[in-house]
Parts: sequence; C-alpha cells; structure tokens
Amino acid sequence: MWIRTLLWLIGLLLLIAVVTVIGVWWERKFIGHLQGRRGPLHHGFHGLLQLPADMVKMISKEDIVPSGADRWLFQLGPILAVVPAVAAMAAIAFWRGFALLDMNHGLFYIFAFQTLLPLAFAVIGWSCASKFTLIGALRAAAQLISYEIPMLLTALGVVVVAGSMRFTDIINAQSGTWNIVKEPVGFAIFFIAILAEMNRTPFDLPEAESEIVAGYQTEYSGMKFGFVQLAEYSVLFTGSYLVSALFLGGWNMPFLPASPIWLLLKIVAVMTSTMWFRGTFPRLRVDSVMALSWKWLIPIALVNVMAVSALALALPHIY
Amino acid sequence: MVNFPRQGAAGGTETMLLNVGPQHPSTHGVLHIMVELAGETVVTAKPVIGYLHRGIEKLAEGRTWQQNIALCDRLDYVAQWSNEWAYVRAVERLAEIEVPERADWLRTLMVELNRVTSHLIWYAGVTMDIGALGTPFIYAWVARERIFDFFESVSGGRMMPNWMRLGGVRTDIDAAALKDMRDFLEHDFPKEVDDYEALLVGNEIVVSRMKGVGTFSAEQLEEWGVTGPALRASGNDRDLRRDDPYGVYDKLDWKVWTDPVGDSLARCRVRLGELRESAKMCVQIIDGMPGGEISTKVSKALRPPEGDVMVRTESPRGELGILVASDGTTKPYRFRVRSPIFYNLSAMVHMLPGHLLADMLVIFGGIDTSMGEIDR
Repeated sequence: MWIRTLLWLIGLLLLIAVVTVIGVWWERKFIGHLQGRRGPLHHGFHGLLQLPADMVKMISKEDIVPSGADRWLFQLGPILAVVPAVAAMAAIAFWRGFALLDMNHGLFYIFAFQTLLPLAFAVIGWSCASKFTLIGALRAAAQLISYEIPMLLTALGVVVVAGSMRFTDIINAQSGTWNIVKEPVGFAIFFIAILAEMNRTPFDLPEAESEIVAGYQTEYSGMKFGFVQLAEYSVLFTGSYLVSALFLGGWNMPFLPASPIWLLLKIVAVMTSTMWFRGTFPRLRVDSVMALSWKWLIPIALVNVMAVSALALALPHIY
Repeated sequence: MVNFPRQGAAGGTETMLLNVGPQHPSTHGVLHIMVELAGETVVTAKPVIGYLHRGIEKLAEGRTWQQNIALCDRLDYVAQWSNEWAYVRAVERLAEIEVPERADWLRTLMVELNRVTSHLIWYAGVTMDIGALGTPFIYAWVARERIFDFFESVSGGRMMPNWMRLGGVRTDIDAAALKDMRDFLEHDFPKEVDDYEALLVGNEIVVSRMKGVGTFSAEQLEEWGVTGPALRASGNDRDLRRDDPYGVYDKLDWKVWTDPVGDSLARCRVRLGELRESAKMCVQIIDGMPGGEISTKVSKALRPPEGDVMVRTESPRGELGILVASDGTTKPYRFRVRSPIFYNLSAMVHMLPGHLLADMLVIFGGIDTSMGEIDR
C-alpha cells in the first residue's frame, strides 16, 4: 500500500516538474508565434534545450535574502506555496478510479487546498519587506478570495447534476452530454473565476509587471523563484484539469471510446487558451476586477445554482 | 535626497511612499516618480528627473555649429529627425542660410516618417503598460522596422541619422526608394493602423481602463504648459505645423486631429489619427517632391552674426523650442532646449492625485515621455 502511495507521489512530482518545464516552453513558443516571433529556437529542437539551460541558471543563481526581510517567513514562503498546490493534485483522477486519492469528496479536497494559496502569497508578500510585494500580496489575497466564491458556486451546480463530488462519478455522468452544454453559464463563470484563481491575464494583477514589477514574487531569486513558478504551474494544471473534468467531459469524447488521452488533450487545450488570453488581453484594473466578482459573477452564479438544481429536479432524464 | 513632504490621506489614514523607478519595468527610461499612496490611490506624486543628464546644452557650447547636429539626435532619441530639424532651422535663421526647395521637402518627409515611428513607440509602450503582454508591441514594431530600414538606407543610421545639414541635407533619396516607401504608406500602413486601432480602442478591456481616466480640460492643460497630442486630445487644436508653418506643411492637404473629450482614450485616438495623417502627408510629399539641389554650400567654419534665435517646431510630443545664441564665433554661445515632455511631465503633479496606481500608467501613456529630452 505504501509503495503505491510512494510511486504516486513520485509520479505526481514528476508530472508537476514536466508540466512546469513544458508549460514554460510551450507558453513562450505559443505566445511567440501569436506575436509573429518564433520563441526559443536555438538550443535543441525548437528551443527545447532552453529549459534545462533555464533550470541550471535558476539553480545556480545566488539565493538572495533582502536585508530587512523576515528571514524565516521568507524561506518558508515558497514551501507554503508549493505544498498546497502539489497536495491538491493528489485528488486528480486521470482515469476511472485511477488517482492517488479517489475520494468521494475529491472536488472539495482540491478546493480546500487551493484556498490555502492566498495565505502563502500573503506570507511571501509580507516577509520581503518590499512595498511592491506587499501590494502584490494584498491584491492576490483579495482576488483569490473573491473569485473562490463564484468558482465554488458554479462547481456546486456540477455536483448537483452528477450527484457526487468524486471525479470519477462527475466525469462518468458526462458520458452522454457534457456539462458545458447542460450549464453554459456555469462554465463561463467557472472559467473566468479559475482564470483569476490562477492569476492569469486579464486577472494577473498580483504580478502586474508594469505596475508593481512582479508583484509578490519580486524579491525572489534563484530556486525560490523557481518554487513559486512551480506552484503557479501546478495551479494552472489543476485549474485546467478542473475545467476539463467538470465541464468538458473529462475522458469522454462524443462518438469515440473514452480514454485518458482525451482528458490530457483537454487539459492542454485549456492551458493553451489561458496562454492565448495572455497574449491577447490587457489587464483589468483592480477595482473592476473586484466589481466583476462581487457585482456580477457571484449573483449570476447563485441564480445558476438554483436554476440548475431546479432543472435537475424537473427534468431528471436530461440533467 | 529628494525632499518629499507627505500630505497624508483623508481621515488620517497612514500613507505609503512608493518609489516607482528609476528601475521599474514601465517608466520608459530612467524616470523616477515618488508617489504617496493611500491604499492604491495616489495622494501626491512627484517626478524626479536627471538620471539621464548628459549635459547636452553645455556640450553644445564646445562644438561647432555643424557638430551639434549629431548632439541633437541624442536629445529625444525617439524623435531624432525632429530635433535635428529644429536645430538646423534655428541656425539657418540666425545665419540667414537659404535652403533649396528639394531639401525642404525631404526634411518634411523624414520628420513626418519620424512622427510615425515615434507614435508607434508610444503605441508599443502604452499597450505594454496596460498589461498586454507584448503582442501589440510587436505589431507596432513591424511597421516601425520597415520605416527604420528606410531611415537606414537614407542616412546610414537607424537611431542616430545625423542627416540634416546647415543649408540642406546630407544625402539624396533615390526615386525607387521613395516609391517603395510610398507604396508601403499608401497600401500597407493604413491596414496596420486599422489593426492598431482594433487592438487598442476596439478592445473592451482597454476602453474600460482608459475611458474617463485622466480627463483634463484644455484650459487646465494650457495652464500646465502641456502641448502636442496630449493637448489636442482636449479639444485645443494648437499645432505649429499649421499655426506657424515651416517646411512644406502649408503646401500639403492635411488636418489637425483633435478630440473634444480629453480623457486617456481621446489621447489614444488623436495619436492614432496622427499616424494616419502623417502617412497621408508623406504620400503627398513623395508625389510633390521637386528635383534640384539638396544642399547649399555653407562654410565649415560658419560664424553666424551675433544675436539669438528661438525656433519652435511641432515634435511628436509637443512644442519643441530650440534657442541658439551666437557671439560671432564658430561655436554657439548658448544652446537651449524647450522640451515639450518636460512640461508635459511636470503636469503629472496635478494629473495623478486621486487616480489609482494602475491609472498612473495609463495617464503616463497619454503623455508619452522620453527621458532623453527631459534630462538632456
């Protein structure tokens, strides 16, 4: 039993490393082509060897602790960010029952760990004793907490339809019609909210480069910065998984046999679309981000949950 | 140390002093702004300048009249040709040098093209500042690169042309290169501007960021000494190319772009309009270009008569004034620049308070700073 757990842990950590490394490369390549550039090109096949080079650079950089920083919290920050991001991945089901923890409340488990991230960002931002990180951390905390509510409310709609919080059940329930068809409003809100949760454009205020340099991660260098990146790409992966599993049918595909490959393709598609947004959209302003969540998404999400529940009761053969 | 008295926020909230720059991703050079923040709202702002000071005005006193043309390139390094023209016009008026007709046309052409590249840099910068990750930036670079290739073929330099001479220009432009440029400006460039416009003023998020942000009346702006597109976006149609014509502007069919609204979005619209208008003017210039000499003979050891002359021109950022004073020797007695951006930037003190930190960059974008000319 413990061997299985160990293998799973190694596998998940490898997956995160691969997702981060390939994700960074793909993001640079994809946005490069969006902009009429070619992205990394010169090291290896289409710049693939850029990644080991970047990693070596990151590891060999000086580990700077800014003077005036709260030393212990500064060291602790990246760990606080990585641990919940990685722990959340334990509940990801890649195939029917194939997960480290195929719990009957897997969805709840992922959200519970993602909720810890604002805490990590707040610790990071506060410990650096820099005003840019402080502003970034406060923005991150405010934004992540505001967008958790519409995200949870729309996920609730999915749970109502599937009758379970287990990913296997949620995805199996979509073997006929995907949830994006059953609750398109829920999908739209969930996607917007998860973009904000992942700090992706147009909600990348916590690390708004032109305003606050790099937000909460401004003072980090070397591998600590690497860990913060690792946490971000883990969250990106988990978020893309959530969108694919909750709304895009997971491993189901119309007219074709179900396969984990579909799930992976959907995750890649969702990740790529976030990169597409990053290459296309400018950033929203901080007050309109808050207004969007509290004035629009949360009320609509509430109505959406009630409507989906009513439909599920009224039309049980469809929903 | 810069003296920065804090004003404090309403209700006794403690404020925070944030140094934006001189090393910051979005200050376009080495601008340093001290902002006092209450939360994310700017209470007071104070630009700190001088990080790029090279002493150009003093350096000019030690060089001959001709050598100073190269120095003028280094004033506003985004609008080099405009600076050169302002300087040579001042010296030509002082020394009463006649300029051949073709040279005037060539100068006008290059300066208008320069206005296009300068506005393209503004476009690239403002889109970066509102968080669009470089895509519009690269879009603007495509057309800019095309024009810079032309600059290079004409003057041998992309950034620092050193092309104008007292009494004319250094090199002629052959008909084939002119025709190439004309084709580009007439057919390809308007489409590119359509793209720019769609990406900027056609984007919902950009409009929500810019509409109603930093609205100032023409009277306010005049009082603060703001000139150029930033002023024209508030409804004042002051444009020296029309009001105090020089070059061949009075022979061309063009209009001054204005906008009555006066917010950040209006400033974008005016600059996009000027992009189109400048391209149109360039096409007309190439069509109407007369033949003939490109330069008159001027002595290398030029000794203008004693006196001083101040010349105003419309640079892409506003009114660029250059004063040259001669004591009858081969070197200027005094060289002084009235930088438009210096005055525009000074207005930041009045413009920024009350806006959010994110709006600060939008308002900056409307001013289009270039530190090379402010610090000189």
